[in-house]
Parts: sequence; C-alpha cells; structure tokens
Amino acid sequence: MIAEIGLAALWLAAALAVLQLIGGFVGARNESSELTALVRPAAVLQGLLCAVSFLALVYAFAVTDLSVKLVATHSHSMKPMAFKLSGAWANHEGSMLLWIAIMAFAGGLIAFIERRLPEKTMMATLGTQAFVGIGFYLFILLSSNPFERLSPVPMEGNGLNPLLQDMGVSFHPPTLYIGYVGLSIAFSFALGALLTRNVTPEFARVMRPWVLGAWIFLTIGITAGSYWAYYELGWGGWWFWDPVENASLMPWLAATALLHSASVLAARDALRTWTIMLGVVAFSMSMVGTFLVRSGILTSVHAFAVDPERGSFILALLALYIGGALIVFALRANTIAEGERFSLLSREGALVVNNVALSAILGIVLLGTLYPLLTEAFDVRVSVGPPYFDPVSAIFFLPMLAILAVGPLLRWRKDSFDRIRLPVIIISVVTVAVLALVLALSDIGVLPLLGMAMSVGVAVASFMPLRGRAIRRVPLAVWGMCIAHFGVAVGLFGIAADTAYQKERLVAASPGDTVDIGPWEATLASISPVAGPNWTAMQGDIFVSYEGGPATETFPQARSFWAPQGETSEVALVTRWNGQLYVALGNMAEDGRWQLRLWWKPFVTWIWYGGLLIALGGALALVGRVVGDVRRRSATQRGEERRAEEAALVAEPAE
Amino acid sequence: MSDNASRGLKPKHQRLVLVVIALVAIVGAGFLAAYALSNQASYFYVPADIEADPPEAGQAIRLGGMVENGSINTAADGVTVEFVVQDGQARVPVSYTGIVPALFVEGSGVVAEGAMRADGVFIADNLLAKHDENYMPRELEGMSSAELREELQESIE
Repeated sequence: MIAEIGLAALWLAAALAVLQLIGGFVGARNESSELTALVRPAAVLQGLLCAVSFLALVYAFAVTDLSVKLVATHSHSMKPMAFKLSGAWANHEGSMLLWIAIMAFAGGLIAFIERRLPEKTMMATLGTQAFVGIGFYLFILLSSNPFERLSPVPMEGNGLNPLLQDMGVSFHPPTLYIGYVGLSIAFSFALGALLTRNVTPEFARVMRPWVLGAWIFLTIGITAGSYWAYYELGWGGWWFWDPVENASLMPWLAATALLHSASVLAARDALRTWTIMLGVVAFSMSMVGTFLVRSGILTSVHAFAVDPERGSFILALLALYIGGALIVFALRANTIAEGERFSLLSREGALVVNNVALSAILGIVLLGTLYPLLTEAFDVRVSVGPPYFDPVSAIFFLPMLAILAVGPLLRWRKDSFDRIRLPVIIISVVTVAVLALVLALSDIGVLPLLGMAMSVGVAVASFMPLRGRAIRRVPLAVWGMCIAHFGVAVGLFGIAADTAYQKERLVAASPGDTVDIGPWEATLASISPVAGPNWTAMQGDIFVSYEGGPATETFPQARSFWAPQGETSEVALVTRWNGQLYVALGNMAEDGRWQLRLWWKPFVTWIWYGGLLIALGGALALVGRVVGDVRRRSATQRGEERRAEEAALVAEPAE
Repeated sequence: MSDNASRGLKPKHQRLVLVVIALVAIVGAGFLAAYALSNQASYFYVPADIEADPPEAGQAIRLGGMVENGSINTAADGVTVEFVVQDGQARVPVSYTGIVPALFVEGSGVVAEGAMRADGVFIADNLLAKHDENYMPRELEGMSSAELREELQESIE
C-alpha cells in the first residue's frame, strides 16, 4: 500500500510539472494569464509530493518490504537499520528518486520564497525547472520505477554491496545530490533570465545564494566521498581520478567559476553573458556526471546497473537539455547588452583569470574522462590516470593560486600595482622562503614542492583582505571568502605533504613481530576471528606507538560478507594533528604469516579539513548574503511605509 | 597584463584582450590535454599484444588476461606474488608486491596496472580482479566468457 502511495505521488508530481511548464511559459509571455497563478502552487505541491514518494521508499526499506522488487534486490532483513535506510538510495532507482525529490523540493522552495525578480522572469525560471523535471520524471517512471512489485514475494533480500554498507553512504550521496541538483536552480534562473532578457545584477543577487548553497553541499559531498574512498577501499589513496570522482569534480569546478562570476555581475554588472553560460554549463556537468555514472558505460561501485536502455534515455535527456540550452544561448546571447567595463588590473580582471583557469581545468578533466570512451569507439582500450591529470591540471591550478592570493586585494574596476605592492611582496617573500626551506631540507618532487610553498603563501594571503579593516565591522561574506581561500591553502598543504612525505610498508608478520614505519612502531599482538550482524572477519590486534610514546591499540579487519558475498578491508586509523597512521590487514600467507600494509601519511587529514573549511567559508558567505538581503529588504519596506504615511499626511489637509 | 599596457588601450580593446586571453588559455588547455593524453594514457594489452608489439620498458600500461593455473607463487617475504597472465596465445610473467584482491585466484581474470621491466617481467603496481557481477574492471568484460575459458582449457592441454 505504501509503495502504491509513493508511486501515485510521483505520477501526480509529474502531472503538476506539466501544468507548471505550461503555466510558466504562458506566464513568461503574458503575466495576466489565469494559468500564472497556478505555477507557484504547482511547484510547491510537487515538492511535497516528491517528498512523500521518497519517504514511502525509505519506509519500504526500513520495514524490509520484500514485495517491492527494489528492496528485495538491494536489502536484507539482517542488515543494520542505518544501512537499511541508506540502502534506499544506494541503488539506481532509489538514487534517481532522491535526485528528482531534491529537484522538486528545490523548485518548490524558489516558488515559495523567491519574489525579488520580475514575475515574468520567475515564470520562465519555474517553467524551465518543470521542463527539466519532466524529463527526469519520465525517466524514473518509465525505465526505473523504484516501487515495482515482485511476485512471488521472496523469503529474503539479496542484500547490499558490502562496500556500500558504511556510514559514508548514508551521508555522501544525499549531500552530493543536493549539490548536483541544486545547480538545476542556477540553470533554470540562467535560462529564465535569458528568455525574458533580464540579465541584471539583481538576477545575479537572486541566483547567488542558490548557487552558493548547492556549491556548499557539493564541496561537503566531494570531501566526504574522498574520505570514504580513503578508508573503505583500503588502498591508502584519497583521490584516484576515477571517472566517477571526476564526474563530481566537474560540476564543482563549474559552480566555483559561476559563484565568482555571479559576484562580478552582482557587484559590478559585468560578465553578463559569461555568467549565463556558466549557469548552463554547471548543471550540464551535473547531468554529464549522472550520465557517466548511471548509464553503465563506466563500471564502478557507483554503476549500479548496466542497462543500455537507461543509458540511451539519459543520453537523450542530456542532448535535449544541454543542446536546447545552448541553442537558446546562441539565439539570445546577442540581446544581452555589454556590461560595465573594467581594467585588466582590477578585481574583475583577477576573477576573469580565475574563471578562465577553472574552465581550463574543467576542460582538461572532461577530456581526460571522456578520452577512454572515445578511443573505445575505435576499439582501443586505454585508461587515463594521475600521470595525465596531475601535471596537466597543475599547469592551470598553480597560476590560479597566485591570482587567488592577489585578486581579493584588488579594487573593483581599476587598481594600481603601487597600492598592493606591500602585501604582494610579503606573500611572495613567504612563498619563496618556504620553497627554499623545503628544498634545502628535503628532496621532493616539483609539484609537491610548489604546492607546499604556494599553500603557505595562499594561507598568508587569504587573510590579507582583512588588513586595515576594523575586524568587527568586516561583513560575514568577506570572512567567508577569507576562510574558504584559507581552506584551499590547508587542503593543498595536506595534498602536498602527503604526496611528498608519505611512507608505506608492506610486510608479512607473525604475532609478536614489530614493524617500523616512519616515526611509528607497530607490534602485531594477535589475529583472531570476530563476527558482526551480516559479516565475519579476521581482526588484527596491533599496538602502535609514535616516536616511542604510549602505545595505542588498533583493530584492522578483513571482513567477509555473506549477503551478498564480498570482502572489504576495514582499516585502522590512528589520527594525530600532523597526520594519520593507516593500517590495513591483508591475507594470510602460506606460511601462516599475515600481510600488513601500513602507511604514515603526514598531514593527510588537512585535505579534508581544507574541504570542510571551504564549505564553512561558503556557509558564512551564504548567511551573510541572506541576512544582508533580508535587512535591506525590510529597510526598504519600512522606508516605503514611512513615505506612504508622509504622503497620506501631506495629502489629508488638501482635502 | 601590466597596468601600463592596459592604460594605453582603448576600453573596447581591453575587452578584446580579455576575450583573446581567455580563448588562448582554453585552446591552449585543449592542445595541452590532447598532447598529454597521447603520451600519458595507459593502453590496455593482452599477452598476445605484448608478444606481437612489446611496449617500451617503463611505459605505464594495463595488462589483462587469465591467471594461469598453477602459476601463483608467493615469495619468501610473504608479500610478493609471482604469477603468469595468459590469453591462450601468449604468456607474460607478472610480479606484484601488495595485498592481492579477494577474488584473485588461479584461472580467474585479472587486470594488472604497471609497466614491463627490461627482462620481460611485468611489474604490477595494482591488481584488479573481478569483484562480482556488478563490479569488475571494464577490460574483463567478455574476457571471462565461455570462449576465453575454452581457449584457456586448450592452452593448458
């Protein structure tokens, strides 16, 4: 019954999307149409119906309703409750339902609260949002129905891929999806503004918080995904340039560029066409990512089902939306008047360079990700990995860091080098000093060396914009910028330090053996079998001590799941402020010794702290912008009321 | 890019300069990517390819095939595995130091990432074994099929 309610809610939502589409585009042409009044309620109701539908699926998973095919194929009654719930979206159909639910919810939210833009633009925006939504409703209802029943009802479910039975999965997909799908709002706003010829600073100010919100979630999602891969796969790496990772990085790069260009448009009325273009590109990258991940052309832990029909469907949607948006862009871009001019040496100029560099990196990642698919069409199988991505993206990333350090110091429109000479000298001296110091003390690769030096330079530079300002009166948005840029420095330092100084050891050890790894000493005490709710494992009992200090006991496991069958490595992590010791238990060698793989990873945690700082900076900026906007609006309102009262007072005696 | 240079330009030209810089950077990125891809992409080989046209020693490649029956040998250090990958036509000895994946067994499909050593031994940095039906290295598709098993049988007999 619950499953039928979920399905019915989804169909109803799809019908409302059609109404919203028609009403929206009628309203964009003719505001006085009766249909216009229905658009906002349709969007809100759609959001609620999708929420109901999603909750119905979560409920089916929570009670393990095996008559629902999706539950039977992906869940198991013995699974812990947390993984039953997260199992609802750790599969193709469920994740698409999550996608559409977030999309409808976000659409409902803008319909409900966003009233700053001209109504025509809002109608075109909501119409576009419905147009995109309909494609995904059709996709889910026609080819990926999550509520399909199964008869006869099986006795037990198939269970969930063991790699996905982890808290990371409860957290990582929803945040990433909020980010992906949140960008659909930017896409709709961009097209709405383009269709109604209303590309104004006000439009950028309205769009910015939504982009910012999506970007914050995307940042958290990528950071969480990276940490998940790090500890769950047991390979000791935190980024593999896997196509699936790239699929999340590309929308992030586009959204980062969009965020900065929207700031230029909001503050200075420049970069109009470019901002619209980025709005289109950002969500397009989300859809490209979904296509790569969900179509089955890539095989990975994320490609839940290899189904050519679904792949073609998503490809058709992709062509329709990206192609359609680009055609509208091509037809309308010339109607956008040129924005304000600016000098090359100005805040705008720096942001343009930042945007160009981000776009170049985006192009490089996109080419590298699609290249294997391209060559496969000619029957040549290649894989593209770090030897391509690392140096080629660094060529644009390192100059971008230099701009990141200097750009925020510049004034809008026009500036002179003389004014920022002192901070630039300080930043340069710090960077060169660190470079020389690291070079003198250790022998490391060029990229980690540059990364480390620039990370310190950027860290110093990130707080320079506060120089000469009264700290208490600095707007929250500026704090956000400083903290986000500081986060980039922290993350980069972690990446550089881990790459340059990590130590790895692989040994076969018997109980009682001691292994040295960097400053650590690890002693294997024993290996014993343990059991969990749906797995059994061999568990190592290992004492580790840092530089001869007190020993910490750790328990790495090699787990075997039985429903479905699979093996995972549960690594043991010992975290210090300056890095992490990573211990993975391998297989038993023929002579009875156990394989142990240990890494000492200096400052590796800073990578994820950096990601979180970036997200925190975004959150501060978002709060600052929203609070500022609410204040401004209530002030304007009070002003108007007062003027109206005065006008009334003046008008009265005349009567 | 210096202020002096831009001061001498008319505003219209400044816009043009920006557009040109952006175009040059993006096109440059494209060429750079194309060049790097042709050099850095690691090609997929089966043992027959290696016999026919051996890749340069040290060049990163991926080697795929079946693990020959009876060929897996663990070295005295307990963490180095030596085995032979074959595809029915040719055989390539492989050496791997690390923790082998759970489903790495004799007669199963495997993809090894690494490079050939000058003496003809493939040094693997990473092994990918077929994990389950839903998760396996893409190169193994079709390779674990009945045909290949037959070929494998023939080669062993």
